[in-house]
Amino acid sequence: MADIDIDKHTGTATTGHEWDGIKELNTPLPRWWILTFYACIIWAVGYWFVYPSWPLAQSYLPGLMGYSSRANVAVELSKLEAIRGDKMVALATAPLADIEKDPALLALARAKGKVVFGDNCAACHGSGATGAKGFPNLNDDDWLWGGTLDQIMQTIQFGARSGNDKGHEGQMLAFGQSGTLTKDQIVTVANYVRSLSGLSTRQGVDLAAGKTIFTENCTVCHGDNAKGNQELGAPNLTDKIWLYGSDEATIIETVTNGRAGVMPAWTDRLDLATIKAMAVYVHSLGGGK
Amino acid sequence: MNKPLLATDLQPDDDGPLYVAQKRIYPQSVSGTFRRIKWYLMAFCLGVYYLLPFVRWNRGLGAPDQAVLIDLPNSRFYFFFIELWPQEVYYFTGLLILAAITLFLMNALGGRVWCGYLCPQTVWTDLFYAVERMIEGDRRERMKKAAEGLSMQRGAELVLKHSIWLLIAWWTGGAWVLYFSDAPTLIKDLVTFQAPMIAYIWIGILTATTYLLAGFMREQVCVYMCPWPRIQAALTDEWALNVTYKYDRGETRTSLKKAAQARALGETVGDCVDCNQCVAVCPTGIDIRDGSQLDCIQCGLCIDACDAVMKKVGRETRLIGYDNDINIHRRMEGKPEIFKPVRSRTLVYGALIACVGGIMLYAMLTRSLLDVNVLHDRNPLAVRLSDGSIRNGYTLRFLNKRGFDRVVAVDVDGPPNAIIHVIGTDSITQDRPMIILGRDASTELRVLVTSTTDAELPKSMPITFRVTDIGLGEVAANKDVFVTP
Repeated sequence: MADIDIDKHTGTATTGHEWDGIKELNTPLPRWWILTFYACIIWAVGYWFVYPSWPLAQSYLPGLMGYSSRANVAVELSKLEAIRGDKMVALATAPLADIEKDPALLALARAKGKVVFGDNCAACHGSGATGAKGFPNLNDDDWLWGGTLDQIMQTIQFGARSGNDKGHEGQMLAFGQSGTLTKDQIVTVANYVRSLSGLSTRQGVDLAAGKTIFTENCTVCHGDNAKGNQELGAPNLTDKIWLYGSDEATIIETVTNGRAGVMPAWTDRLDLATIKAMAVYVHSLGGGK
Repeated sequence: MNKPLLATDLQPDDDGPLYVAQKRIYPQSVSGTFRRIKWYLMAFCLGVYYLLPFVRWNRGLGAPDQAVLIDLPNSRFYFFFIELWPQEVYYFTGLLILAAITLFLMNALGGRVWCGYLCPQTVWTDLFYAVERMIEGDRRERMKKAAEGLSMQRGAELVLKHSIWLLIAWWTGGAWVLYFSDAPTLIKDLVTFQAPMIAYIWIGILTATTYLLAGFMREQVCVYMCPWPRIQAALTDEWALNVTYKYDRGETRTSLKKAAQARALGETVGDCVDCNQCVAVCPTGIDIRDGSQLDCIQCGLCIDACDAVMKKVGRETRLIGYDNDINIHRRMEGKPEIFKPVRSRTLVYGALIACVGGIMLYAMLTRSLLDVNVLHDRNPLAVRLSDGSIRNGYTLRFLNKRGFDRVVAVDVDGPPNAIIHVIGTDSITQDRPMIILGRDASTELRVLVTSTTDAELPKSMPITFRVTDIGLGEVAANKDVFVTP
């Protein structure tokens, strides 16, 4: 470009580039800005050598400092463990009842309990511990194996029908399959059970006969007053909470085929502090005795 | 600078320069009304900045006694009688809105008053120029010395100048960190190298920025880095008073001698004697006679410079002054000047300031010192208990903004026969839980509300949590819902 073209309107030089009559004004940046810009580019080149940069066929250029975000995470995690150290020991050694009385320990146990519950228990009991059909809701005040801290702890540690020696045993027998009760008898007793908690019964069903069947077959586990037995995991049949459902068909199914849901034993898989935290968490959900 | 490039600046076969070099500016010292105002304001602003951390304010035992303190570890902000919690940062939003509208109002009345007199960049640059002038001499001397090159004398001057600059910069950084911790304690720690590393780092950062921005970048900050000149140009109107060269009086520029000859012949010539004093004193190196421009911070020093010359040559002062185009044109047409400081724009700004200020004042005066926030459990929303009653769980956050512990009772309104149970605290009473709230702290507790009724409850109903201070009778309440499974 030989001549400097000056834009008439602004008096500013143009770059000499023209597109369909449109010209570009030349408004240069200050020198310090340009120098800073170049310095940034040079600085960026430094990153190639200091930090992991170019991909290679099999790996990548690791950089002079050996930086690794993965390694940093490991370091941060070990720092976290170090910070938690004392408190986790306190959690493992303190008696269960004391944990609930110490606000700091309680907060720690609940926080940890919530996380491990999510990791281990939520698959069956739900993330909010609301349970599902066959999996108890842990928020309410109805407990198959007892709702005190120690009982909850016991159940988490050794489970129910888990195969562990110390686990809870006892199951709902399959009265229909074994031929103990006939189909008619089962319908009768199912309606009687519904009547225990004030639910409607099928017309024409002899509830007195149902009571007789119940007394002969069910009271061994569920008790004379049908309020259940936590030693055997036999549920209270007079309350408003039903693990499998309260409709007639479900109850008939339960009496016919029996029930034997499994709660695994966690003692082999989780350490004591973790299980204690979980027990405290479950107990604090609102239904704990 | 932003001057248009001239054809002669460029070489043939040149595609135009990629950059413009920073033009060295050697502002001349000046005295007069505006210089005096600037000295007073500088003393005031710097005085406030450097000394405020040392002002004490008694807030009672256990609370910090520093008047202005940003207590980051404890998440508190103290400003004399005001104490703000992180939950109340919206006050800062109000403060920023107030600051912005005040800036607009200043601009509508007197142009870039902020830039010229109050902006930290201006104040510190002004201070650094004062130091430079004191050591190296005034404009001509400085230009001469810069052209001459290095000598022993010159080297000593430069070392002295930069040392004083660094000292000021260091003091600026030092004052900054004092706002974040108890000032006397922190100074003691800083001197004995006991202070946290972060304090030294921040002092370092602010020393560097002050030294760089006030010593070297100077007007470049205003011209290239600051957004306000651009915004200001869009916000101004024809009534705003700006530092203006009154070309109706000044033109045509004529040298003193020629002007005298012309006037003797009865011809009219302009008052401007083209002495370039306005250019010499300008800290951004511009010529105000080119008209209002982005680079002009409107510090008023050219007014002082021009007034001094006008007095000497026996002409009326304020050839440069706070004026606007409307009046220039009115004078040219022989009409009297008019000023309209009160106009719709300023009235709206004023009303907005009063409105935002009023809202903030009201919020401040009615600020509750006891508060409760309610968060309903998300999962489960509701639990049916074995006796058929329904339970909802909530997380309650109690805020006690008083400087002492207190006992509060928690009541609940809404669901029938509601029983409230606070987890984790042994309540003094059974049906009306009482809990102790630590002083100047927030307490988070889980609360279970159980409603026992034979009646069918709606899917969702309102519930109100009421917290009553047993001693003072202060009440705080918050609403949520009670849900049926």
